[in-house]
Amino acid sequence: MSEEVKSEQEVLFQKRIDAEEKIEPKDWMPEKYRQTLIRQMSQHAHSEVIGMQPEGNWLTRAPTLHRKCILLAKVQDEGGHGLYLYSAAETLGISRDELVKALHDGVAKYASIFNYPALTWADIGAIGWLVDGAAIVNQISLQRTSYGPYARSMVRICKEESFHQRQGYQIMVTLSQGSHEQKAMAQDALDRFWWPSLMMFGPHDAESAHSAQSMKWKIKRQSNDQLRQKFIDQSVKQADVIGLKIPDPALKWNADRGHYDIGAIDWSEFARVIKGDGPCNRQRLQHHNRVHAEGAWVRDAVAAYEAKHKQRSTRAA
Amino acid sequence: MIDKEQLKEFVLRLGDDSLVLGHRLSQWSSNGPFLEEDLALTNVALDYVGRARMFYGYTAEIAADGSTEDSYAYNRDCRDFTNLLIHELPRGDFAFTMARQYLVDEFSLAYMKRLKLSRDKTLAAIAEKAYKEDLYHLRRSTSWILRLGDGTTQSHDRLQNAIDDLWGYTTELFEMDELDQEMSKADVGVDVASLQPEWIRQVTATLSDATLTVPANDWVVTGGRKGIHTEALGHMLSDMQFLQRAYPGQQW
Repeated sequence: MSEEVKSEQEVLFQKRIDAEEKIEPKDWMPEKYRQTLIRQMSQHAHSEVIGMQPEGNWLTRAPTLHRKCILLAKVQDEGGHGLYLYSAAETLGISRDELVKALHDGVAKYASIFNYPALTWADIGAIGWLVDGAAIVNQISLQRTSYGPYARSMVRICKEESFHQRQGYQIMVTLSQGSHEQKAMAQDALDRFWWPSLMMFGPHDAESAHSAQSMKWKIKRQSNDQLRQKFIDQSVKQADVIGLKIPDPALKWNADRGHYDIGAIDWSEFARVIKGDGPCNRQRLQHHNRVHAEGAWVRDAVAAYEAKHKQRSTRAA
Repeated sequence: MIDKEQLKEFVLRLGDDSLVLGHRLSQWSSNGPFLEEDLALTNVALDYVGRARMFYGYTAEIAADGSTEDSYAYNRDCRDFTNLLIHELPRGDFAFTMARQYLVDEFSLAYMKRLKLSRDKTLAAIAEKAYKEDLYHLRRSTSWILRLGDGTTQSHDRLQNAIDDLWGYTTELFEMDELDQEMSKADVGVDVASLQPEWIRQVTATLSDATLTVPANDWVVTGGRKGIHTEALGHMLSDMQFLQRAYPGQQW
């Protein structure tokens, strides 16, 4: 294909994007658009699946049967989100096996927040409230992303995530109304999860490597800083309602901007955790690798059984 | 005539069976052999914990002493639990979990089918729901027995070992103590002994379809209904009850 024809296709493609048309799997798309989506959607899918680990860590210790059922259903939903997202990514011509292999090889990333440990029951509250809360802010914006299958998966995922966020916040409400120890547990969880949650939105706009092109292709609809600000504004109020203190001495309402100002984010920590040097990076990947390896004989058995039965039914016919 | 204490003890047993198995199944979350199966196992776990809540809730209602569903799950020690032992055995590998699930599903489906006819309306209603769940649990576990049994040599051997390790715990499913007899006579409970021949027939047929061997009845362990458990239960409880024990009397 000549350079000229390709660029004509690209012009046409950009026109469709500008007209807010959704791009569908069989449509022509620039290779870089496809690659960007594979990277982003698989990272999103891996995050859902790796995110099952810190929460799963508390499934057997949930403090009431009601909480246990809610958490079971929630972790199950996260796995379900992983499934839709892997399937949506597969429409771009890549298999789930390849995506999982990229995760195991350390080529594909997942949300850094899941490299922090869930140490107390309040962490389950903080993860639902802040981590799912941050994810929703991002995902609501992604409902309007230009790739059709991704946009549609976000619609369903957002509905479930808003239930997750409410259950997390509900845990924090209950703890903050509880004993002195429970309140301290809630505050400690907020202290540890606040800054990593803000980092979930990625680097400041000026430093974001992929942002400009993604905005042009409308894969991203709002910038990292816009989304982060939205999250900060909503969370500060929610913390206030339940008497918890945001761990940022510089936090201040800015009447001119109509937003909260915050202190400096420690980007060196962000870089360190992404690089693999966070508290749980090793365990998270090792767990995923180990479980995948332990399940190999089951997957082999399914394949062998199906092959035998196909053979038998062919013979019978 | 059965009295309130007898009914309470009977319902509590069913709650313990459900909770302990639900808890074991929940340990598969993020440990499944592939994502779809991870979700399916969590789903079955949810059904069982849901059942536990219904049985415990009813127990609390009968007791009318201010206890709640959580009192039974979180504030009793090993000797107070009266579940059948097969439910509490550690989850083991995937073959062990599916073998146990299949053996229990064949039993539970037949049990709930009878319990639906209980003269106790609450028990009948819980059984109605549980029976529907058991129908798909059994469909699922049967298909796993066939696939693992008739899959690879490794899956066949793992599954045969699991069946062998579980077999001695299945006798207890059909034991009738005095309470069971009273409850059955009053048409509230189920004559479990009468379910055994059909269970054996079904299990034998499925295992044989799956190229597996039915083990000999040369060992039997029972005692769950009397609170004589395997050592694994205490560890399960110390994990499950941690928060309620460390911070007693709080709302969560």
